[in-house]
Amino acid sequence: MAAPTPTTSPRRTYRNINVSDLARYRLPLPGIVSILHRISGALLFFFLWLILWLLQASATDTARFHTLYANPLVKVIVFALLWSVMHHLCAGIRYLYLDVSHRATDLKPARQTALAVIVVSLVLTLIVGIKLW
Amino acid sequence: MVRRHAIGAHYGLRDWLMQRITGLVIALYSIVLVVALVAGRLPLDAWQEMFAHTWFKLATFLTLISVFLHAWVGMRDIIMDYIRAAAIRLALEVLVAAALVVYTGWAIQILWGVR
Repeated sequence: MAAPTPTTSPRRTYRNINVSDLARYRLPLPGIVSILHRISGALLFFFLWLILWLLQASATDTARFHTLYANPLVKVIVFALLWSVMHHLCAGIRYLYLDVSHRATDLKPARQTALAVIVVSLVLTLIVGIKLW
Repeated sequence: MVRRHAIGAHYGLRDWLMQRITGLVIALYSIVLVVALVAGRLPLDAWQEMFAHTWFKLATFLTLISVFLHAWVGMRDIIMDYIRAAAIRLALEVLVAAALVVYTGWAIQILWGVR
């Protein structure tokens, strides 16, 4: 007797996705927050030397700080780092909330808080950015 | 006896907890700093005067150490996720750890160095 043929219909699976699949793969909002958390964290690590350098100059040498901060390249990086701090901070607070609340991991609240992280961190970047200009 | 788990269900709990505690320290310091900055209470000369206080040096030092520990756990996670070859993975982890130790020395020099 022949084995019965499987009745399940084939469905698209995303196992071991390749870099080339990234454009096709629709990342949900919480996923976007997650990868941005990682990217912003890595960015902050890579520029820790600049952050410490600016801290040193700002704390000890006003003239050197102004020279350093007047550099357009430094300014661009500082604003990228400012967004990184704000996003990483907001997303980090969201993760702490996810740790302590079961409701937070439901689909709808997870999406809402993810959107809130993106919006609030952009607004904070703008507010502090204007102040730091 | 100290049990060290390299694999299994409990591996990573300490890192997980450390990431949250250091994160809280950094968040607290950053929020106070940002609020003071936006409220206009922190012009450059006032900022510089803060470093005359030992408590502020210590608070800043605690936050910087938290940043370095936090960066270690985070960067190690990233390296473990994307780098498979053991030699490259180890080399990158050593590089990150070495940088963070150097930064720790630099942080002490910045905070307690002679002006």
